Parts: sequence; C-alpha cells; structure tokens
Amino acid sequence: MIQFENVSRSFMVGGQEVAALRDINLSIAAGDYVSIMGPSGSGKSTLLNLIGLLDRPSSGIYKLDGGNVTALNDEQQARVRSEKIGFVFQSFHLVPRLTAAMNIELPLILAGIPVPERRMRVAQLLQNYGLTDRADHRPDQLSGGQRQRVAIARATSMHPSVLLADEPTGNLDQTTGREVINLLEQLTEQNVTLILVTHDPAIGGRAKRQLHMVDGQIVSKTET
Amino acid sequence: MKYIDVVQFGAASLRGSRARTLLMILAMSIGVAAVVVLTALGEGARRYVINQFSSLGTNLVLVFPGRSETAGIGPGMLLGQIPRELSLDDAQALLRSRAIGRIAPLTIGSSLISKDAKNREVIVLGSTASLLEVRHMSLGQGQFLPAGDVHASESVCVLGAKIKRELFGKESGVGAWVRLGDRRFRVVGVMASQGESMGFNTDEIVIVPVASAHMLFNTSGLFRILVEAKSRDAIEQAKHDTETILFARHNGERDVTVVTQDAVLATFDRILRALTLAVGGIAAISLAVAGILIMNVMLIAVSQRVQEIGLLKALGAPAAQIRTLFFAEAVILSGVGSIVGLLLGEAGVLVIAKIYPSLPVAAPWWAVLAAIGTSLGTGILFSVWPARRAARLDPVTALAGR
Repeated sequence: MIQFENVSRSFMVGGQEVAALRDINLSIAAGDYVSIMGPSGSGKSTLLNLIGLLDRPSSGIYKLDGGNVTALNDEQQARVRSEKIGFVFQSFHLVPRLTAAMNIELPLILAGIPVPERRMRVAQLLQNYGLTDRADHRPDQLSGGQRQRVAIARATSMHPSVLLADEPTGNLDQTTGREVINLLEQLTEQNVTLILVTHDPAIGGRAKRQLHMVDGQIVSKTET
Repeated sequence: MKYIDVVQFGAASLRGSRARTLLMILAMSIGVAAVVVLTALGEGARRYVINQFSSLGTNLVLVFPGRSETAGIGPGMLLGQIPRELSLDDAQALLRSRAIGRIAPLTIGSSLISKDAKNREVIVLGSTASLLEVRHMSLGQGQFLPAGDVHASESVCVLGAKIKRELFGKESGVGAWVRLGDRRFRVVGVMASQGESMGFNTDEIVIVPVASAHMLFNTSGLFRILVEAKSRDAIEQAKHDTETILFARHNGERDVTVVTQDAVLATFDRILRALTLAVGGIAAISLAVAGILIMNVMLIAVSQRVQEIGLLKALGAPAAQIRTLFFAEAVILSGVGSIVGLLLGEAGVLVIAKIYPSLPVAAPWWAVLAAIGTSLGTGILFSVWPARRAARLDPVTALAGR
C-alpha cells in the first residue's frame, strides 16, 4: 500500500529551484501493476526514487503500508528498503567481480540472513529464473537477458512487497525484453506490487494501471 | 550483516583488483619488514656490545690515570704538567678496602718478540696473576703468571694463542725461551684462543709480570687498574674507596678517573637503544607512507565503485554498513601486509644471522608489536576518510554513476 499526499520534489540547479515533481497525490494498492510513462525529464524516475526511498520529498507525506516513511531516518529507511522494496535497473547494476549466485545473495548477506537459509533461497531463485547452470558465471560472461534475470532474482530474494523497475528492458532486444516483462508480470500474481517506468507504450500499455506524466505532474490515469 | 560476510565481501573486492591489492600488500609488508629487520640489527648490536663488555669481567671498577680521558688537553698540560701517573703501589694500596676483592694493574706497550729467526711486533701486557680471574680469561696450556711479589720482575711470559702458533707451530712452546725487546723470557703458559673482544685481540698479545713490563718499557706508571669488587652490591663502595685511597695517596689531588663497568655498560646500553629506536622510527615512516598509499587506493576504489555503493544502498545497506565494508578492506590489506611483512622481516633476520653469526640479531618484541600496531593503525586511520566518503554518497546520483 503506497500513498503519496501532496508530494513535491525540487532540485537546485545553478542556484535556481527546479520542480521535478509537483504536488503528487497517488495511491497504489498492494498487488497492483502500475506503469509510469512520459517523456524524459517528466519526473518518472524521480517518482520511482521517492517510492523506493532513495530520495526524500521536498514536501508532502509518503506512507508505505500505513506508516509515514518520510519521517524515518536514513538507517530506518535503509531497513525498509531491505525488507519491502526490490529494484530492477535499466543497466542491471550487477557487481562485476561477483558471480551470478553471489549477486543474488547480496541483499541476503546485507540483511544478515543465516547461511543455510541463504543457500536455499539462492538455489531456488537460480532454478526459478533458469540460471542454475550460470550460477558461477560473472556478469561479463552472461548475456543481457541473463543479467536482467539475475537482477530480478536479486530484487526478489528478500521477498519484497514492492518491486520497482526503471526501464528494465531499455538495454535489451525486443525478444529478451518481452521475456523479462513476462517474468516481472508473473510476480504480480504473487501479490507483489510492480511499478514499471518506461517510455515504451507497448510495454507500459500492458499494465492494469497506467500513469502518464508530463512536467512533474500525473496528467492522466488509465485503468484497464 | 555478519562479520564473516564482511570479511568475505572485503576479500572479494580486494581479489577483484588483484594487481593493486598485491602492490599495496607489498608496500605495507616492506614497511613492516624494515621495522623488524632494522630494530633487530640495532638490538643485535646492543646485545653484542653488552656481551662483549660483560665478558671483560664482572663487578669491575676501572681506574685511569688523569682526571678525564677524553678531554685531550687538560689545564695542567698547558702549564707543562702531565697527570701524575698511577703506580704499582697505588694499585696495591687499593687492596686495603674491604669492598675490593682483587685488583689487576695493567701496563701496555709494544715490543718485538723473537724466537730463533722468527720475529714479529706484539702488544705486551704487563699485569699480575689476578688478571686471569679479574678479566675472565682462560688458559690453554701451562700456567699463568706466578703469584707473589708484584715488584718481582720475573722473566716469564704467557703467549696469546696466535703468537704461540706463529712462533712454535704445533709444538707446545711451554718451557721454551723467547726474546722480548732486549730481555729473554721463559714461556710458562699459552692463552686459550678467545678471538677479539672490544677491539682487543687476546690471541695476539704477550702477558708478562707488570714489573718486567716496566723494565722492558722503562716506565713505572700503569695504564689501567682493574678493580674487582667483592660483590655486585659492593661496587659503589669499591668505587668510593678507590677514590678516597688514591686521593689520599696523591696528596689530596683528584687526578684519576674511576668509573664502574656498570656505568660504562649503561651508557652503551642507552646509546644503542636510542639508535635502535631511531632506525625503527625511520622505518616506521615507511609504514606511514604505506598508510597514505592505502588511503589513496581506497579513495580510488570509492570513486571507481560509486555505482556499486549506490546499489548497496538501494539493496538496503545503511551508511554504517558501507563504512564497515570499506573499513574491512583496509584492515584486511594492512593485516595481510603486516603478516607478510613479519614473515619477510623474520626471514631477513635469519639471513643476517647466517651471514654474521657473532651478531645476536633478534627483533625485540616491542618492535614487532609496534610494527604491527603502526601498520594496522595507519591502515585503519587512513581508511576512515574514504569509508566515510563512500557512506555519504547519495544513492540516486551514485546509481547514475555521477
């Protein structure tokens, strides 16, 4: 359950205040599949960063699962990120020196999950995403689709309730892009809230809820 | 996050940039090894000197003629005086003190020794029978100088091991006659081979009764009096008595120098310890340099891994955890560096000990601790700033790689 109340975000650019988000009111229910679309500079990524607690709003309140997370300090926010939020990035952001399995394990290590539990979850995820025979390969030995599958496996390893994907198909060809979208959509069936930022209408149009942004504001909401 | 995971993560990142890691460890270990080897050398030199000095005898008080040996020209010399010499009777008078056990007067000179057609220049030491015990010398064969009247100029001599070898070859030599200067002496004994001690090779001297030496060199003064106190506690009393007796005998003039062996020993000890500290300190500077290198490398690592740091933050790592991770890397670097350095240093010490067996080289424990402490300390200290910088990165800009 994500709730934005009058959230604004502005940046100082060259001594001048530039508004990236203006007065956003938004509520996303658990298990929703939402796509955010709009031209570049419209504030899509800023909105996603705010939802993912990577950034703080300049004003307004953000409630996650009923709790006001804007009031939390950095450490508490990090905890919320670890427990409730998963990220999938356009450029995958895998750690180059770690194997696929270790990349998937990383959030579990950071959260201090005991080793046997970790092993089990990683093995399960590798199997789910068809990466078992790629477990000991480093990212530079994987194809783009495999890398994004590793990234998705990593994002879901902590069983987050919200999955944020910023242009997840941006660096992939159409076929593998479609596969990745399918994998993400399967997650919504397990009651994971999926929020997808894209400028590709073919991908964004598949979402149940589509938000169109222009100039820091949500200009239209399409429900299908 | 568990400690073992922190260590594994740090080790994995270090393995990621292998060449850089190896160079860092090399820099750190050279620093540690330098501290270990240099302090071991300094400590070895100190122990060597102390051992040599102790082998001269125990509980010794040394008496020199003249007020101060190192002054060069005293005020008396400018007035055409020379310091009053120490006489054999002065030496004998010291035995009146209850604190003094034995004394050995010493006269020194050089003379030509000849046996048949062989001759060479030797240092002739004039002394008494007590020298053997006072100076902790050991006799190889025959007897030492006869005990008895110190004024008796008996024509007997004791040869150093090397002199005996040169003059007599494999023959025993005891009982034979040799010529020293213009006098003939009968060889009564030969010293055991002892090698050099304090720059004075006892293998290449000839010892004769002090009165004979006086006749040989036509003097009456003594070069030194070695005074042996009865016990360790009596040393100060012996020194005091020596001063009082000689003061009285020299018409109330303090014209002799009396020092205890301990005082000389303590001075050497201080000088050499300071030397050890100084070279150790210089070596420690290289450790500080290695620390700055670590800081440099960690700063580069932070800027190269900005995206990774952003990712870790996105995955829910709080700032403290990121600090810990970078910290751990620096600690692993300096820890491995100091262990490698210790091994290198100890190997170096072994090599030195092989090359110079007489030098008792060994790194003192405090130097080993200090080296490890300094390397870990600098490693940790110089990683604080990079680690903080990493932890303070803004996740959004970090992920964008800016």
